[in-house]
Amino acid sequence: MIKLLFRRVGLMIPTFIGATLLSFLFIRMLPGDPVLLMAGERGMSEERYQRLLHEFGFDRPYWQQYIEYLWGVLQGDLGESFRTKVPVLQEFLTLFPATVELSLCAMLLATVLGIPAGVIAAIRRGRALDHGTMGAALVGYSMPIFWWALMLIIVVSGQWGLTPVSGRISLLYYFEPVTGFMLIDSLLSGQEGAFGSAVQHLILPTIVLGTIPLAVVARQTRSAMLEVLGEDYVRTARAKGLSPFRVVGIHALRNALIPVTTTIGLQIGVLFGGAILTETIFAWPGIGKWMIESVSARDYSVVQGGLLLIAVIVMVVNLMVDLMYGLINPKIRY
Amino acid sequence: MKKFAIAVAAGALALGVAASANAKTLVYCSEGSPEGFDPALYTAGTTFDASSRQIFNKLVEFERGTTKVVPALATSWDVSDDGLAYTFHLRKGVKFHTTSFFTPSRDFNADDVVFSFERQRVKDHPYHSYVSGASWEYFDGMSMPDLIKSVEKVDDYTVKFVLNRPEAPMIANLAMDFASIESKEYADKLAAEGKMDQLNQQPVGTGPFKFQAYQKDAVIRYQAHEGYWAGKAAIDTLIFAITPDASVRYQKLKAGECHVMPYPNPADIDAMKADEDVNLLSQEGLNVGYLAYNTKVAPFDNVKVRKALNMAINKEAILDAVFQGAGKIATNPIPPTIWSYKADLKDDPYDPEAAKAMLEAEGVTNLDMKIWAMPVQRPYNPNAKRMAELMQADFAKVGVNVEVVQFEWGEYLKRSKELDRDGAVLLGWTGDNGDPDNFLAVLLGCDAVGGSNRAQWCHQPFEDLIQKAKIVSDTAERTKLYEQAQVVFKEQAPWATIAHSVVFKPVRKEVVDFKIDPFGGHIFYGVDLK
Repeated sequence: MIKLLFRRVGLMIPTFIGATLLSFLFIRMLPGDPVLLMAGERGMSEERYQRLLHEFGFDRPYWQQYIEYLWGVLQGDLGESFRTKVPVLQEFLTLFPATVELSLCAMLLATVLGIPAGVIAAIRRGRALDHGTMGAALVGYSMPIFWWALMLIIVVSGQWGLTPVSGRISLLYYFEPVTGFMLIDSLLSGQEGAFGSAVQHLILPTIVLGTIPLAVVARQTRSAMLEVLGEDYVRTARAKGLSPFRVVGIHALRNALIPVTTTIGLQIGVLFGGAILTETIFAWPGIGKWMIESVSARDYSVVQGGLLLIAVIVMVVNLMVDLMYGLINPKIRY
Repeated sequence: MKKFAIAVAAGALALGVAASANAKTLVYCSEGSPEGFDPALYTAGTTFDASSRQIFNKLVEFERGTTKVVPALATSWDVSDDGLAYTFHLRKGVKFHTTSFFTPSRDFNADDVVFSFERQRVKDHPYHSYVSGASWEYFDGMSMPDLIKSVEKVDDYTVKFVLNRPEAPMIANLAMDFASIESKEYADKLAAEGKMDQLNQQPVGTGPFKFQAYQKDAVIRYQAHEGYWAGKAAIDTLIFAITPDASVRYQKLKAGECHVMPYPNPADIDAMKADEDVNLLSQEGLNVGYLAYNTKVAPFDNVKVRKALNMAINKEAILDAVFQGAGKIATNPIPPTIWSYKADLKDDPYDPEAAKAMLEAEGVTNLDMKIWAMPVQRPYNPNAKRMAELMQADFAKVGVNVEVVQFEWGEYLKRSKELDRDGAVLLGWTGDNGDPDNFLAVLLGCDAVGGSNRAQWCHQPFEDLIQKAKIVSDTAERTKLYEQAQVVFKEQAPWATIAHSVVFKPVRKEVVDFKIDPFGGHIFYGVDLK
């Protein structure tokens, strides 16, 4: 186990260097000069343009900029946003809890609903329930997030008035963030109704962001269950006269969960992608929205720093998923 | 279900909007996050809305809803006969904000004015580079470093600006956002604590609202400034709920989660007009969208060719297709909301037959040309590609073959300046200070050729008129000069003037006396709630 951990962490080092290089090059490969974009229609004199290029360090060769960037990264310095003039890491840490909170809720929704749906579909293979569940999963998977979010807002918030339209909590409540997680902060604030308001605000974004992972988890669970249900040991368990619940719930599901866990781990990356749209629509102050705005403004430090941090998080989550296999299935030894 | 929905909506309104029975809270669903709170560092309207327009005052300001300059922190000013010295007499008893992070020990005075300008002007001023990559975009963009020779304190309540050359729009320039007055005492305190960058994050001004808190990308909170020199604001708490998507903003407005929203979707306008809870205000924007020929390159150096092409453009069709009603045909190079706008100027008639004949008379047949379409949306041109395609079809009717070209925005701005540029460029301008000079000299002056003068047009009779208008301080006389300049412009046709946008501003019925700002800003002093 320890050996595996070392080997995997060792593998992460070249991946990390690759991520710094890709994030550095990605934003620079996009056409568009950040200094010119800043000036807009107004334009600026050649002298001023050169001076600003120099101040931002954009006049130096790429390899030199990259080495300086990498040196900064190794010291924990991701630079400063040239729009807001605030350190990238500080902005990231302010916004990241909002994305995590939303992503966790979406993942929770996806697993809590997706795994049972997949199991039921597998047990009822070929019947109406199976077709219905998998059809719904296909629709969910193909749904354009933007459209789905607007439909929910217009119907659920606008026409039925059941949930707030957007934001994280009612503007009535005001308290300084402690953890950055609104569910926790609202409880800590001690203000009556704050927690309920935070939950209400989470409902629609969670559904929107959780829809695609939910569909993926349900389909993956179904196919993994089908494979396992055909195994000899399941037949043996049935022959021994175990209750259907024990056969499916204990013997089959536990084995089927291994590929599902991998899928869930991989969905974390997908969640960050989905968060970009979801956050923009629901005015959710997370990193998705932050990254989109920074790409449009060619805010180099934010884009390369943000991409790198996201890459690191995805790497860490996947490492944790790999380590979890052993917990789910004791047969797996490293 | 409907009854329930109404009850919930009413509840949301009561909860979300009114903090308590007596205190009045106005929620503005803003379209984006401010870059910072020091307006002089930035050029974006979103940043000004969150900073200069609520928190700060200037020496002079634009009267709300107009482009007229009125006294603010300066009660009066004198201009020397040679137009080089401006002496401002400052208002007494003006209080800076008392906040959780700063308690002022003195009133506003001349030191604050000198500080606010010198930090932008003097390269070795401690606050000149107080944040990384600090650039004083507007100050530099308006050529202030060349224009201002010195800013001097005469006494505690008198400040003198000395200029290098006469500049009639100077007073209007000082009403712009970059001229916001910061507290020198606060800046000194931050410098002593080694926290200079806080000036851009926790602002202190003299304006009608004081900054309370900003949760990045989510909410900005302000409280009314109790000791505001012009009287406390009618609303007690002002909240910006940052909501980037226009359809979502409208849903929030309907649900009572906010009172005022900017930039509605054109597709939602009809629904807003019909909405009982919403007042839809509208006004022409302070902008112009145009097609600039390159007058340095044949055959566009021939005024008759330019005129003929202008006559080939069906502007009505463009307005319907591109602006969907949110625009007005532009005849002049300046918008109608600016003084000296010449209302009786005749536009080139839409007449493809005559246009074709004119082109043939000039020996221009089978002309191939390019039209450049901007890759971004602007109020003066919401869809440049569509506009270019419509023009392509119009020009085809007069035998001109058009290729539509596009570049990434930064590249577009850069390449479109080149003197030997191949093709006519779609672009536009939004006014900064409501002065005609800000359009005519910036976009059509000889100095701007190779820069913001995309037509590369330098026409001496026009240039003489606008240069003269720059140094005359009498507004009536300047008006005459600018009117003549507009006539010359129309005769010479360096551009096809296309449209001025119409700005729509939906506000809830209970909002009283909200006025559309011609500069595109959102100002909440003077606004009340029923």
